[in-house]
Amino acid sequence: MVFTLRVPKQPEGDLPPVSGELPDSALATISQRKFGLYLHVPFCVKRCGYCDFNTYTATELGGFSAEQWPELILLELELANRTLPGLPKIDTIFIGGGTPSLISPDIYQSLLNELKNNFAKDIEITLEANPDSVSRESLYGYFAAGINRISFGMQSAAANVLKVLDRTHNLTSVEQAVHGASDVGFRNISLDLIYGTPGESDADWLNSLKFATDLPINHLSAYSLIVESGTKLAAQVKRGNIAQPDDDIAASRYLTADQYLQQRGFGWYEISNWSKPDGDCRHNQIYWQSDNWWGLGPGAHSHIGGVRWWNEKYPTTWAAALQENLSPAAGREELNQQQQQFESVMLQLRQRSGLSVSKLPRPDLVAQLTSTGWLELAALAGGRVVLSQSGRLMADRVAAELLK
Amino acid sequence: MYPKAVRANIRPVTKPSPGATNQAVLRNFSIIAHIDHGKSTLADRMLQLTGVVEARQMREQYLDRMDIERERGITIKSQAVRLPWVGRDGKDYVLNMIDTPGHVDFTYEVSRSLAACEGAILLVDAAQGIEAQTLANLYLALANDMQIIPVLNKIDLPSAQPEKYAQELAKIIGCDPDDVLRVSAKTGEGVTDLLHTIVEQVPAPNGNPDAPARALIFDSVYDVYRGVVTYVRVVDGAIKSRERILMMSTSETHELLEVGVISPEPAAAAGLVAGEVGYLITGVKDVRQSKVGDTVTISNKPATHPLGGYQEPKPMVFSGLYPMDGSDYPALRDALDKLKLNDAALAYDPETSAALGFGFRCGFLGLLHLEIVRERLSREFNLDLISTAPNVVYRVQMDDGSELIVTNPSEYPNGKVAMVFEPMVRATVISPSEFIGAIMELCQSRRGNLLGMDYLSEERVEMRYELPLAEIAFDFFDSLKSRTRGYASLDYEFTNEKAADLVKVDILLHGEPVDAFSAIVYKDKAYNYGVQIASKLRELIPRQQFEVPIQAAIGSRIIARETIRAIRKDVLAKCYGGDITRKRKLLEKQKEGKKRMKMVGRVEVPQEAFIAALATNSAPEAKTGKN
Repeated sequence: MVFTLRVPKQPEGDLPPVSGELPDSALATISQRKFGLYLHVPFCVKRCGYCDFNTYTATELGGFSAEQWPELILLELELANRTLPGLPKIDTIFIGGGTPSLISPDIYQSLLNELKNNFAKDIEITLEANPDSVSRESLYGYFAAGINRISFGMQSAAANVLKVLDRTHNLTSVEQAVHGASDVGFRNISLDLIYGTPGESDADWLNSLKFATDLPINHLSAYSLIVESGTKLAAQVKRGNIAQPDDDIAASRYLTADQYLQQRGFGWYEISNWSKPDGDCRHNQIYWQSDNWWGLGPGAHSHIGGVRWWNEKYPTTWAAALQENLSPAAGREELNQQQQQFESVMLQLRQRSGLSVSKLPRPDLVAQLTSTGWLELAALAGGRVVLSQSGRLMADRVAAELLK
Repeated sequence: MYPKAVRANIRPVTKPSPGATNQAVLRNFSIIAHIDHGKSTLADRMLQLTGVVEARQMREQYLDRMDIERERGITIKSQAVRLPWVGRDGKDYVLNMIDTPGHVDFTYEVSRSLAACEGAILLVDAAQGIEAQTLANLYLALANDMQIIPVLNKIDLPSAQPEKYAQELAKIIGCDPDDVLRVSAKTGEGVTDLLHTIVEQVPAPNGNPDAPARALIFDSVYDVYRGVVTYVRVVDGAIKSRERILMMSTSETHELLEVGVISPEPAAAAGLVAGEVGYLITGVKDVRQSKVGDTVTISNKPATHPLGGYQEPKPMVFSGLYPMDGSDYPALRDALDKLKLNDAALAYDPETSAALGFGFRCGFLGLLHLEIVRERLSREFNLDLISTAPNVVYRVQMDDGSELIVTNPSEYPNGKVAMVFEPMVRATVISPSEFIGAIMELCQSRRGNLLGMDYLSEERVEMRYELPLAEIAFDFFDSLKSRTRGYASLDYEFTNEKAADLVKVDILLHGEPVDAFSAIVYKDKAYNYGVQIASKLRELIPRQQFEVPIQAAIGSRIIARETIRAIRKDVLAKCYGGDITRKRKLLEKQKEGKKRMKMVGRVEVPQEAFIAALATNSAPEAKTGKN
């Protein structure tokens, strides 16, 4: 069959060494930093119209099969073991995709068994799941395998919105999946929502928030719909079949969400993430605090002590490197001090914890923002930069101003 | 290899030497042609046939020197080449071919080149017929009483219609269609015959070899190594190397370092005598000291009267040029200083714009001249420029009787204006007659006044209009081309000035006037201009922290308004998982974008907005390629 390779774009970086070896300066941070593992499952039954993630349906895989995935992940783990050297203590594991719930619990069980000796005492292990592809049995299996946090893609409670997003699930399956997870023992359950989809009304959005928070969850992520180039949605918008999402509407929806979620006991801890007490996703915080992690799987990104790299996106290309005992990295960058500071300001600014004014490259630049209403003045008085509610909607501009 | 027809005609020639050539064997001619009718190809063929350039040295368009000329296929500066030729009578002759600039902006230079000749070849594409500019230059030549040799070129093309266009040419110049020569500059066919015809038909010069020297400057070019190279046609007397020459318009004297002829590379000679064409080098560094149209004489035995027809170059179109990056201002000044060495018509004065910072108000002969300067600044000097919309020069009479010359719309007075005068042109349009209606409609919408109309043939018509220069300075030529499927050609010449009902439209951003967007427009078009630019800016300026009104105003009266709503959201509510690199690069890009913002009051305006809002369609003919 004729197959058009539809691989999303990679960042531009340097050519990584084939061995994947890391400089001593990077390795030296391992003992001082938290360490996470990300596992990428690049399979979906069908691609949703808005999605530009690195995932493939069966016909797009071109000779690669899902059965090969576990053994290749083990090969990349061996590479990590050689490179670091020795696998550090693991604080968090996040299995993302794609659709990780397409892989059966026993596979994860045996993978996690391999890693057990490196688990930190209170390890967080998250599985992303599609409400459509789980059953009470599989949920039990995942929980029994050691997974202790589960995140479902709900997106919306409005059928018309789900249709625009090209999603296959319905509300009943979300309800069953969340209750099922809770029943089998999961105490950390998260839902993903998307707002600002063309056709979504204010009432639709409020309904989605209510529906989600009525379920036994302790974490919620809400993202504004972004039309990514190359997606089916982008083509529909370009043709005029679907309206371009409106920034002002997205801003209103965000404020609605923040207000509503506060009432329901969820506090923001990152621009797009809210949680009940102790419900923060610790794996995401590894990303946002510039800690260390190794991303396993096609297209996965890693960061160790100021060195970032990303794997080949296409599964067969990724697999071929590993089978030759080579690094599957497609590109990498070694960040200098200035870039590291730039990134940490950019990332910490997005969090409720904010950052200390003294950590800014130019602390004096804060002064020009005091009258904008974008910073919490009480925090500022205490020497910290924390975004206010309206400031969160302007986070990129604030970052640009502070990093001038 | 030569095409066959050319090879057969090459033969050795003896050269009468410069400085000792009898006027009787001299033939000075130029070629009048539209830009893509094959003038340079014909010149190339003549260089080969007369044996001055060998085949292996031949490159296309040999005489066009600047890169821009070669790429655009236009000849900006003229040049004179001395060609030896044996006539049908077996005698040695010397032909001086004077290449003329091909564009309307350089009409004055064309007129001086023609004044240096006794004859002209009227070269017309046998597949296209005569074009407006060719016609205008033909009239110049006829006014100079020159011998015209009508020639149809490209007769080798399958689409050539020599019969039809010979009729047309015969009707225009009043000759017999059989007298129109037919050549193919490409294959060389008919070119030998043309060279013979030049010898037979172009009169020999008849200056007075014994009178005090008088030489007409028809071109002057700055050369990095030699300084200014001045091209002259000696009319009376003689000029010898090492003599002291006197420029009659400025009374400045210079020592002559070198006299010579181009054939086709420069070669020094003992001197130039009456009737001859050549170059002078004095060591001056600025073409303003050697002005086209001026008369050169010998300082210790000067002529009493200069040759007629000298004019100071006069800028007609003005535009503000500003460096994108303010720190490039000194570089822009240096670049203009350098260009000036070779461009006597380029005028510039420093000016400051509240919106654009430091820059220069530059004056040009016309739109092509502007375009060429702008392009050279970017190409040869690597400068990123913002240029304001071109405007013409206005003479404003105030109520109190005082008078003001306005070259920058932002200097236009508010109130108390009694009369405003704007420059007018006489435009000639030649087009297939089926487009008469479309052309009339266009010219009327540009405040045109039909002066007359003549059929050149059954299907082709010449229309003459009086139009305000300001109305053709924007997109007139493009509109004309698109309404006539590219068939119409345009020429214009400045005539006089006329009173007009004009107003200044200011554009206010958040209440502050933006000088770069002010324009002087015809009263009935002010509203349209205001609405157009306000809505353009609304699209181009990103949303700010506060609501920004955009207003167009005449004095204190608002005629149009748009609003940029305050920004509410500037965040990507998504962190792309572990792909921090992508996030960082997006933010870096945003930061870079901020650097390219200009502050207008409290409003951040991207430089792209200035460029896009001020963008005009380019000058007549400037975009036309060659062959």
